[in-house]
Amino acid sequence: MALLEAHHIHKRFGDQVVLENITLAFEENRLNGIMGPNGAGKTTCFNVLTGRYKPDRGRIVFDGEDIGGLPPHKIARKGIARSFQLMNLFDQYTAIENITLALPEVRARGMSMMHDLSTDGETGDKAAGILARIGLAGKERVEARDLSYGERRALEIGVALAAAPRILFLDEPTAGLGAEATGSIAELIAEIRRDLTIVIIEHDMQFLFGLADKITVIHWGQVIAEGTPASLQEDEWVKRSSLGGLA
Amino acid sequence: MSDARNPVGRWITLPILASFAVFGTLPYWVEAVGLYQYLGLEIMVWVIFALGYNLLLGYGGLPSFGHGAFIGIGAYAFGVAQFHFIPNLWICLLAAIIITGLCGLAAALLVSRRRGIYFALMTIAIGQVFFFIASKWTSVTGGEDGLLNIQRLPVDFGLFSIDIQDTASLYYLAFALYAVVVVLLWRLVHSPFGRILGAIRQNEERVRFLGYNVFIYKAIAFILSTMVAGLAGGLFAMAQEGAYIQIMNLQWSGTVVLMTLIGGGLVSFWGPVFGVVLYFIARDILGAYTEAWLLWFGLMFMLLVMFKPEGLAGIWRDTVGGLVRRKPAAAPSPHPNQSPAE
Ligand SMILES: Nc1ncnc2c1ncn2[C@@H]1O[C@H](COP(=O)(O)OP(=O)(O)O)[C@@H](O)[C@H]1O
Ligand SMILES: [Mg+2]
Repeated sequence: MALLEAHHIHKRFGDQVVLENITLAFEENRLNGIMGPNGAGKTTCFNVLTGRYKPDRGRIVFDGEDIGGLPPHKIARKGIARSFQLMNLFDQYTAIENITLALPEVRARGMSMMHDLSTDGETGDKAAGILARIGLAGKERVEARDLSYGERRALEIGVALAAAPRILFLDEPTAGLGAEATGSIAELIAEIRRDLTIVIIEHDMQFLFGLADKITVIHWGQVIAEGTPASLQEDEWVKRSSLGGLA
Repeated sequence: MSDARNPVGRWITLPILASFAVFGTLPYWVEAVGLYQYLGLEIMVWVIFALGYNLLLGYGGLPSFGHGAFIGIGAYAFGVAQFHFIPNLWICLLAAIIITGLCGLAAALLVSRRRGIYFALMTIAIGQVFFFIASKWTSVTGGEDGLLNIQRLPVDFGLFSIDIQDTASLYYLAFALYAVVVVLLWRLVHSPFGRILGAIRQNEERVRFLGYNVFIYKAIAFILSTMVAGLAGGLFAMAQEGAYIQIMNLQWSGTVVLMTLIGGGLVSFWGPVFGVVLYFIARDILGAYTEAWLLWFGLMFMLLVMFKPEGLAGIWRDTVGGLVRRKPAAAPSPHPNQSPAE
């Protein structure tokens, strides 16, 4: 059984059907890519899987447990983390504090009112370690809003990583980045994928085809193709999306 | 900022000590500068109230516009406990805190799923409900007349007790409680709980996806701030020697918002303190010249919002703070710091 499975998910907003009978499975320690045109329903799919929206129909099973319809914080606590297409940082907090608040051990002590995180060497070291891993060593004390766009993108991933998830959803992690920054995000993902199940929505096909074990193409809220990067080279939609040059 | 690794610095910082020095000596100099003892008492009561309020507004980004109800409830609860239960200072203050906190709990359950304008509107409505109840429940609150003859109960330490009939003595009780409140609140806003509350202000959604139950955090912040309001209410009842419905008016709820903002509660822990002091001094000094002092105060508020949204604390930080601070933080931040961390 796959780590996370979604069976026959339907989601509509008003009378617009956004997800129609989507079935997905993400195997443990694999890197899964999701692609498709704008407005296809990819982000909505993440939103349903991570609890932001309840599915209208369908089942979501994580590690054998039905999590469909649970609120986001309960889903997050089970080991499901996500980053956001539109960046979602604590702008007035420093880089290290953004990471610290995501650590499960800090979450466990969240109700502590007399404790002091800034004197807690252990969580501090751990958060600094994560910052170093995402290439932000030396930026610990910089407020998130003062980081460059690329650094913010990396921090967005770092915050999701800090939660020590079992599965990580990344929504267009390279959106708006140039070639060089996209390259370093790709390196970062290649590094973290070893012991993590990852699902990435990505527009940059070269990026995705270089990394993914399996790719799912979503169009009009439906899965229209699925397979290894190699097998998808032959797919009509993929071909039309000017991937031709990549093979 | 204090040395983070110093255990004393975790609890007591220079600004806290400075505030103790100023407020702790107030009865000795307040008359020399042309003011009077009761003003100090009023300031102390409202400083406590506003500091607790800023836990919501400044730290949680939760604009309660009905908070006057809670200082009012604290005052009534103090009086009722004194008349019908035991006229012991500690027990009556505790009753004020607990009863106000329970009312805060009821309100928190209703508002903690809301944010922004919806949160604000619901707190107004809830404040009005409490006002209505207080005005109709005359057997408990005395209705329009209020609860009269609330005693300034002696500070009972078992072996001995201190009489606080005169205003300067009562002031010292208020100051002592201020000291406790300020130390605890300072610690609280720097604790994991406080930092998560600040994260909720910045990005509630993100906090939720990190696995925090945002509802509980908001509810607890709300309840804590009403408990502080209850304490302030108990002191206020002793200060006024009565508890009256007026304090629960929408106008007073607005006043605490105004005080907190004008002082810079959005950028500084000390904002509410600056704001309360400015408010009462403006009332007495401008008020001596014109009935319409609140108009001038409001104008001052508008100018500040337009030109210095960080309030008095922001001005203080740019002037005095810049001189005092050793670290080369003089490099101007590209944007006003909106986190009330210091
Ligand atoms: N909360 C919402 N309310 C209404 N419509 C929505 C909402 N979220 C997404 N949609 C609609 O669902 C469709 C799919 O959006 P989205 O999942 O963001 O697409 P993608 O991420 O694939 O570009 C779009 O037409 C979008 O307008
Ligand atoms: Mg999207």
